Amino acid sequence: MSPPTVAAGAHPGGQQAGPFPGHPVAAARFTADVDRAHWHDQALWFVRVKRDRAAAQLPAWERLRELAEGLKAHALANLAGYLEAFEKNATAHGAVVHWARDAQEHNRIVHELLAARGVTRLVKSKSMLTEECGLNPYLEARGVEVVDTDLGERIVQFRHEPPSHIVLPAIHIKKEEIGELFHQELGTEKGASDPKYLTEAARGHLREKFLAAQAGLTGVNFAVADTGAVVVCTNEGNADMGTALPPLHIACMGLEKIVPRAEDLGVFLRLLARSATGQAVTTYTTHFLGPKPGGELHVVLVDNGRSALLARDPFRRALACIRCGACMNTCPVFRRSGGYSYGTTVPGPIGSVLGPTQGPGAHASLPFASTLCGSCADVCPVRIDLHHQLLAWRRVLVEGGYAPTGKTLALRLTAWVFASPWRFALAGRLMRAALRLLPAGLMRRLAGAWGRQRDLPAPPPESFRDLYRRTNGRP
Amino acid sequence: MAARDEILAALRRNAPSGPPHPGYAGVAAAFPDLLAQFALSVAAVGGTLVRVPDLAAADAALRALPIHAQARRVASLVPGVGAVTVDATAVTDPHALADLDLVVLRAALAVAENGACWIEGPGLPHHALVVIPEHVAVVVDAAAVVPDLQAAYAALDLPGRPRWGLFLAGPSKTADIEQSLVIGAHGARSATVFLVG
Amino acid sequence: MPLEGGEAHNRAAMPTVALFVPCYVDQLYPQVAVATLRLLERHGCRVVFPPDQTCCGQPMSNAGQASDAAPLARAFLDTFASYDHVVAPSGSCVAMVKHQYPGLAPDHPALQKVRASTFELCEYLHDVLGVRKVEGRFARTVGLHRSCHGQRELRLASGSERQVPPFDKVKTLLGTLDGIRLVEPARTDECCGFGGTFAATEEAVSCLMGKDRLDEHAKAGAEVITGVDMSCLMHLDGLAKRERRGVRILHVAEVLLGEAA
Repeated sequence: MSPPTVAAGAHPGGQQAGPFPGHPVAAARFTADVDRAHWHDQALWFVRVKRDRAAAQLPAWERLRELAEGLKAHALANLAGYLEAFEKNATAHGAVVHWARDAQEHNRIVHELLAARGVTRLVKSKSMLTEECGLNPYLEARGVEVVDTDLGERIVQFRHEPPSHIVLPAIHIKKEEIGELFHQELGTEKGASDPKYLTEAARGHLREKFLAAQAGLTGVNFAVADTGAVVVCTNEGNADMGTALPPLHIACMGLEKIVPRAEDLGVFLRLLARSATGQAVTTYTTHFLGPKPGGELHVVLVDNGRSALLARDPFRRALACIRCGACMNTCPVFRRSGGYSYGTTVPGPIGSVLGPTQGPGAHASLPFASTLCGSCADVCPVRIDLHHQLLAWRRVLVEGGYAPTGKTLALRLTAWVFASPWRFALAGRLMRAALRLLPAGLMRRLAGAWGRQRDLPAPPPESFRDLYRRTNGRP
Repeated sequence: MAARDEILAALRRNAPSGPPHPGYAGVAAAFPDLLAQFALSVAAVGGTLVRVPDLAAADAALRALPIHAQARRVASLVPGVGAVTVDATAVTDPHALADLDLVVLRAALAVAENGACWIEGPGLPHHALVVIPEHVAVVVDAAAVVPDLQAAYAALDLPGRPRWGLFLAGPSKTADIEQSLVIGAHGARSATVFLVG
Repeated sequence: MPLEGGEAHNRAAMPTVALFVPCYVDQLYPQVAVATLRLLERHGCRVVFPPDQTCCGQPMSNAGQASDAAPLARAFLDTFASYDHVVAPSGSCVAMVKHQYPGLAPDHPALQKVRASTFELCEYLHDVLGVRKVEGRFARTVGLHRSCHGQRELRLASGSERQVPPFDKVKTLLGTLDGIRLVEPARTDECCGFGGTFAATEEAVSCLMGKDRLDEHAKAGAEVITGVDMSCLMHLDGLAKRERRGVRILHVAEVLLGEAA
């Protein structure tokens, strides 16, 4: 999966310009505004709590997760066969199925479909895949107006920013900032920030775009092998508006979105919205099967590194992801550092597993941007063991030489010291002596990052092992 | 074809071993009062539920609502329900439906666990009808309410009788501005479900 | 929760417990090891401290340096191979042994035995010894910090994410102390931000997470914050002391031992 071009923010609070500096630096910038970091943290925690309440309503919740995990494992083991079945069934109902090996091929296919029909006005509903492929700039450079119609995506589109969250694209933006943005872009009243008023303005603006559109492009939440349908879930209805009016519908999907049977949706759809936003189901869950009368439906299947990922253990399990975003909402680090601190199309825990698959160098900091608390794995509807995969990535990165040398050597030295009981005891005695004798200010500086906001522990006069020995085991 | 062959070959080459299809055992929802649960779920998705004994009563109840009284352009796919001013089947270009105030749709089934109604292609002249009008009314038989989506898919038998369709759960909504829920994003501003029988 | 295997029947006999003392507890918080020893003795165990132990290798393993951790894992298995019960006042170190050791020392002859014999302290009291009432007094308002490894790797409690019948072994034990008043932070099991080397490499987020935990416990009225992992508590204590917050931070072994006053 090729890395997206990361755009510089045109508005305050947006992304920083320049190459990605790694998660620690980006996160430190985000937390520098403590109030805003807390605001972002609270906003996403609220979504996590809604998920909990929704999950609690289903006595079979954990069993559903187990089934979803099994369904995905089964599908991934038989991906080729199911994709062929999907193609056969979709084609039988009049859809045209295209195959793209990488992002460039995907972009070319989409553009050619549009160019051949003279399309210059395209409306798009949410698709992280098209973000991954950098579709919007590709089309815009070739004279196509691309309007992202999901409200959150339209907001970040106006700001020339990528989405900061895969389900809640504008979660990092305050309503006053959206109000100012809409004042500039849509002519809403200056200073207005009421979400209803702003949404109404967007409704009117986007309705014009829907009515004028010559083609509609959607993502795909699930592609069903045994029917050939593509399923798209939205709350706003923008995928339906965008595809019901213009004659051409292009649906873009990663290969891993295939599910074997329509009935499998009974499992996934009971998990998806509850995990993503705490709703029982999205407002619109549309099963597109073939084009509408007089229209066309083109489905673009995209590999872009997915078939290669299938070969890697344990990271192949990340292909089970149904893009619900629950891992982001529950991650205490994501909540306090924001989606832009990851430098990837898909951020957060799943993004930290998928990102390094694109090339470990650019994303080496991501698997370490975690305390391995494991909360992500416990909310993942398809039970991806994200925390174990992050740890596995750390090993791969260290062995590949991508971890910082200083840290690696320090730990290696520590391991050598710890390998011998007397070296361990001696080192401990020296450390406690230093803590006791050196001036607090100096110790704090020596302690580096630890000492900036934390006191060091007060040194005990003797270690437990010394105490145990001195008291003959009766301390 | 080159891309297709390459991709399929790579997928076959790299395929891990995996379990057989796990089936769906152990997840069926069970509600002591199916219709009461459906009512709760419809409310939870921002819709309004109206129980009526038959279609005539649905028509009467609909006409009594402000969304109908104030509507100038009304389409209906349920004969006998709604004072129709637009014949949707006669419209060839869905753009012409843009100023519809209200549409009455028929749902083949509905789901108690989440308040969704299944509206499908056969019998629906334009997909746009589910999303373009200002208000939506859905008519569904009480006997067609199933406990959960698992039961819904089993009943729909989509592979056996393929057709496009959607689950519609309440009015259009968004929370993209600071997580404030706003009803009526791009689609209908309200959804009223008439549960018949 | 069910008692472990056949150990339940041997409660009458005095089990010999090998004390596994995490490296930083040994060097910086010996009182925690002392409290652990005393607590186990109070519950009828004969406790020994194998002196050759040093470190389970967790810091290296979690940093991705498996080859540096592996010799420490093997040494650990050598040290504890002959014991039927190995108990540590640390959820993360025990999780290391149970979950990471198969990858680090797959061929070690004592691997399975040591994994099956190693327990976190509260897990041991609750599951193996079947303790349901801890004698003693601790008349304070206490907030429980649910350390992540104990929570989500060892399943010491059901956790906030999963829909399973609720249980909490640590809270159950603490709740039986005389005079104790247990309070909950708003986010019952959010991570404190220590995370090993994360505490240094992602210092900004780490400290923000820790301060948020302290704020929540303060809001709930906790005079004392306790938990099963001294690493989390060391991080919280460091933050609390720097900000001169009055909260006392104690390991659960110290709390379970009780206080006279």
